[in-house]
Amino acid sequence: MNIVPLPRRRTIGQVHVAKVTMAHGGGGKAMKDLIDDVFVSAFDNGLLAPLEDQARIDLASLAKHGDRLAFTTDSFVVDPLFFPGGDIGKLAVCGTVNDLAVGGARPLYLSCAAIIEEGVELSLLRRIAQSMAETAREAGVKIVTGDTKVVQKGACDKVFLTTTGIGVIRPQCAMSVDRCCAGDIVLVNGVLGDHGAAILGARGDMALDSPIESDCAPLNGLIDALLTAAPSTRTIRDATRGGIATVLNEFAHGSQVAIEIDETATPIRTEVKGFCEILGLDPLYLANEGKIVAIVPAAEADRALAAMRAHPYGHGAVAIGQIRSGLPGRVTMRTVFGGTRIVDMLVGEQLPRIC
Amino acid sequence: MKYVDEFRDAVKAKSLIHEIELLAKSIPIARERPIAIMEVCGGHTHSIFRYGLEGMLPKEIELVHGPGCPVCVLPMGRVDDCIAIAERPNVIFTTFGDAMRVPGSKKSLLQAKADGADVRMVYSPMDALALAKKNPDREVVFFGIGFETTIPSTALTILQAKADGVTNFTIFCNHITIVPTIKAILDSPDLQLDGFLGPGHVSMVIGTTPYEFVADYYKRPMVVAGFEPLDILQSIWMVLKQIKEGRAETENQYARIVPKDGNTAALAAVAEVYELREFFEWRGLGSIDHSGVKVRAAYAAFDAEAKFTMPNIKIADPKSCQCGEVLKGVIKPWQCKVFGSACTPETPLGALMVSSEGACAAYYQYGGIKKYEAAS
Repeated sequence: MNIVPLPRRRTIGQVHVAKVTMAHGGGGKAMKDLIDDVFVSAFDNGLLAPLEDQARIDLASLAKHGDRLAFTTDSFVVDPLFFPGGDIGKLAVCGTVNDLAVGGARPLYLSCAAIIEEGVELSLLRRIAQSMAETAREAGVKIVTGDTKVVQKGACDKVFLTTTGIGVIRPQCAMSVDRCCAGDIVLVNGVLGDHGAAILGARGDMALDSPIESDCAPLNGLIDALLTAAPSTRTIRDATRGGIATVLNEFAHGSQVAIEIDETATPIRTEVKGFCEILGLDPLYLANEGKIVAIVPAAEADRALAAMRAHPYGHGAVAIGQIRSGLPGRVTMRTVFGGTRIVDMLVGEQLPRIC
Repeated sequence: MKYVDEFRDAVKAKSLIHEIELLAKSIPIARERPIAIMEVCGGHTHSIFRYGLEGMLPKEIELVHGPGCPVCVLPMGRVDDCIAIAERPNVIFTTFGDAMRVPGSKKSLLQAKADGADVRMVYSPMDALALAKKNPDREVVFFGIGFETTIPSTALTILQAKADGVTNFTIFCNHITIVPTIKAILDSPDLQLDGFLGPGHVSMVIGTTPYEFVADYYKRPMVVAGFEPLDILQSIWMVLKQIKEGRAETENQYARIVPKDGNTAALAAVAEVYELREFFEWRGLGSIDHSGVKVRAAYAAFDAEAKFTMPNIKIADPKSCQCGEVLKGVIKPWQCKVFGSACTPETPLGALMVSSEGACAAYYQYGGIKKYEAAS
């Protein structure tokens, strides 16, 4: 009797109910079906498909990109899950890709861990996974390993994601927060505060009809172009939570220098300005998800700006200020009005003012 | 932005600063000491720091940051009362954002929320009323705080709640009024002020007539000012002009918003719902007669003080805290013994460190750079 060999490719499971239940976290077939249906089919790559307990990555393939590994992780708990210009999935990929890229690394592989509240619609999870897959494709990274947990209703807010990423740092790249020198130029790649304003607007409890979209984007391409044009770039950070004010303070403290920015040069959309005027918020502290602050020596600033402006995510790139030799750790802003104010770290959360 | 950028014009600011400098130097008293001008309103304090105005003004002018930040002057005992209400099991306690961080004797509303109280930030008392309608089995309480700027909004919300027959909505009224406070400051023996910038948005409601006693009785110039940086500079110029010409009058720089008689519809709603308290306790300033309002008996159903029992305990300000002297302009924020050491925005001892409108937090965060460095 001939034995017909089993197909070597395993079948991809599917979920046939509309909502996630505790069964999908139980470790059995329901869980496997959930992982297959939502994540494996969307992420679709050879490293993930075997569903081993770990992704296995060839060292030689990594080494051809550079000489050091960059490794980072970030969690995402945004409300609402879908907002103008993005969603939690896109955010989770961009956040980790950008955290790798600002260190001069080429982002290569991500993990994705999802904590899911029971009762969440499968269609919602599929949309999130699709969005992650699309963003990963754009960024040129693969999502190669992951985990899911289902928790009881109320134990989390719909979906929490954690992405961890590895990348390889380009040779000779030695950017760090302590390398800013007096005379260096402060560059940003476009308008600031869009993400923070978009999220506050999308929550809907402000009754403001805001047309503002999040700037959420993977910036590894842009940063690659910037570093090729300006290889002596001192340091780069993405201006996420706490906005550019926080990043500038980190630079000023890290390098023990003073930084002065110019309010007239600092690009903020009219809608975001208006939004902040109404709520008594300061756009310098609003989160961005597609904006970097780069400190570049004056001699390379023009080239850096030209390279950023040639990239789709850097059309609005401008110089907003300069590193000074003044009081170490102090960030100041020349106001539109001609005065000077201190731009300090935010103490807690930015709270709207009464009147 | 229309009607915003026009009032932030750096070129106009430069020439106005020049005019202010000439005028200040021509006033004889400025040769002996700086001319002290108090901006009563916290909104002005915020703008002054936001645009770096202090550093632009000549040394002949000293700005004294007044008591007009409602969050700052709220005494600890009232915050404790808020928390006692918020921690009742069936209550949804709603508040404006910046009142969340004000320290009570044990904790702030933000900490009470972390401990499990249902405290929610809203942007208008009407949002709180909507929440009450959506949750008929819960008691929704709104933290009524602020000067005449916000009093009409809570008065109208109570009138709306009554018209809609809502029975699970109350306001915990901590509203205060500006005029008795200005009077208390003027009566203070350790005070030396040459003029006032009057509050803009309060005046939009009450008009300019209520301030006339400042000029008539106390012989101090009072200029009701707008909140944009050019508004503030022009108002300072107007105060100086009065001093120079030996006048003491109530003038209105913010005429594009403030009518002489105020907003009669708003005033009618306030008078319908609220009446003056005999006195109200202020942090740093102590008890001031007729400086607060309470809900009238006819609207007791919407008064949290009538509906809930609360500790109602008077708690003395911390001894080391010099908020009162700062509020009255007797000392500058950085001259306080605990400024920047025991009292910082992370761990505020006094309320002036809590809100971004508080003089101390504003100094700590934005810094009147030149003067601060000169003094420290």
